[in-house]
Amino acid sequence: MSFPWSKEYKPSHPLMTWLDEKLPLPRLVYNAVGGGYEVPRNLNYFWNFGFLAGFCLVIQIVTGVILAMHYSGETSVAFNSTEHIMRDVNWGWMLRYGHANGAAAFFAVVYMHIFRGFYYGSYKAPREMIWLLGVVIFLLMMATAFMGYVLPWGQMSYWAAQVITGLFSAIPLVGDPLKEWLLGGFAPGNATLNRFFSLHFLLPFVILGVVILHIWSLHIPGSSNPTGVEVKSESDTVPFHPYYTAKDGWTVGLFMIIYSLFVFFMPNALGHPDNYIPANPMQTPAHIVPEWYFWPFYAILRSFTQNFLFFEAKLLGVMAMFAAILVWFFLPWLDRSPVRSATYRPLYRKFFWLLVADVLVLGYLGGAPAEQPYVLISQLATMYYFLHFLVIVPIVSSIERPDPLPFSITESVLGSDGAAKL
Amino acid sequence: MSDEDSSGTPENGVRRRDFINIAAVSAAGVGGVAVIVPLVSQMWPSADVLAESTTEVDIAAVQPGQAIKAVFRKQPVFIRNLTPAEIEAANKVDVASLRDPQTLAERTKKGHENLLITMGVCTHLGCVPQGAGAGEVKGEFGGYFCPCHGSHYDTAARIRKGPAPKNLHVPDYEINGTVVKIG
Repeated sequence: MSFPWSKEYKPSHPLMTWLDEKLPLPRLVYNAVGGGYEVPRNLNYFWNFGFLAGFCLVIQIVTGVILAMHYSGETSVAFNSTEHIMRDVNWGWMLRYGHANGAAAFFAVVYMHIFRGFYYGSYKAPREMIWLLGVVIFLLMMATAFMGYVLPWGQMSYWAAQVITGLFSAIPLVGDPLKEWLLGGFAPGNATLNRFFSLHFLLPFVILGVVILHIWSLHIPGSSNPTGVEVKSESDTVPFHPYYTAKDGWTVGLFMIIYSLFVFFMPNALGHPDNYIPANPMQTPAHIVPEWYFWPFYAILRSFTQNFLFFEAKLLGVMAMFAAILVWFFLPWLDRSPVRSATYRPLYRKFFWLLVADVLVLGYLGGAPAEQPYVLISQLATMYYFLHFLVIVPIVSSIERPDPLPFSITESVLGSDGAAKL
Repeated sequence: MSDEDSSGTPENGVRRRDFINIAAVSAAGVGGVAVIVPLVSQMWPSADVLAESTTEVDIAAVQPGQAIKAVFRKQPVFIRNLTPAEIEAANKVDVASLRDPQTLAERTKKGHENLLITMGVCTHLGCVPQGAGAGEVKGEFGGYFCPCHGSHYDTAARIRKGPAPKNLHVPDYEINGTVVKIG
């Protein structure tokens, strides 16, 4: 947000002055992530995950574009070309492990980013559009990750393609033809692999485009902050550069330590050994599960085992799984409390942590086999998930008496605005 | 004005230019929509995929209680020679109580009630159920068990328990002696 005290871009070199008149790109960057963007001074570490998510996207695009130079999207050679990358291509093992673990890191970071949004009410007016675009990015990430997972054409790849496209066959009347259309065949085959490769290459750039819209819409109201109180005066903010570029740089360093631990010391810890077996349409692996970042949604899908009225169990499961994310689109209007931050919402805060526990339970169940008692527990957890969004959040937001808010961001940091003179 | 006369009919406010405008945008719109047809159609199974549409299998060696897997349209087909006990178990079930009500007779050919030929594709999300191979789990109803999401099929490959909505699909086939032609 351009506050009255935001600094204006001043080219320091005649060449930059010339460029600023022709194409003010440096000015755009300065105002977006430079000294011209004024940001609340009280952001905690949860505000670093947005930058980290952008960093992960860059890792994925760089490693992904390079992997595509060595990979072949043909069913007879796809598996071998992946092994060729691992064994023959210089540094190929690092690029592939970096890409596979980069996807997991991207989801981990984005889940923390979403957690931040939930806890601090970042989705509330005037920031609804940022939230909606964020949910779109998340959906695109899921589609991209799924199609990328199919590319090595191992057993887990093949059966992921079979099961996920099978979701669409649940749709009444058009389901089966739709599945054949998506696959380009009756079962996953060469047509499927080729189109997934093409789309897996395209979608990250679509994500990049939506990320730009996400940041653009963020710059209209400006960043939120842990108190949820809007910026009132100059003493409430600091310029993004150098304050938050430095802080983000520090967390990028921390992130790289954890990421490198996975890439270099346990690159297969999050994967499944079955995916090192070439795809076999005649045999499903005994235990097929998606990657950990899809487990909560997978548990919701599997929790529907009985037909209800004239709806088939399969269709209900598919609808519930998509609804679990689509309900986020309505969150800014389901939560009508004017107080953003859960720090000042004693009742909401308790239910928030219950939801976190519920999602963790669903995550555990999504990775467990489809047996009792897991099925029953996932049914209860799924019920609570939707109860939270559709019943608890609207009721809590209308009956809750929030704690008193600080007068300003400065007061919350320094105790009184008088002590705030910089 | 003379300009107006040459470009349209000023008395009702419609000019020749308006017609050209509507005609051009309509033509571009129709053209744009027409382009969608090939762009969508290319996604359907191609001719070579459709060409692999029949499979012939010799079933002479399949003894009662045994099953084999064949490949039809790049998907598994289960060909199972039912034992008298399995046929009896399938016929004892109250058909009205089934999720997808069908009798064993409806799912087999007349005179070959022991020969159960179904797709080996779970009707839930398309995994290959277990139970056709030797030593595989057959589920609670002695037929097939899908490990992906826990669907149990009985000895007529009918859905009995779990999330799958339909019985295992019976493909079109004909029996000539010991040879089954699927598709």
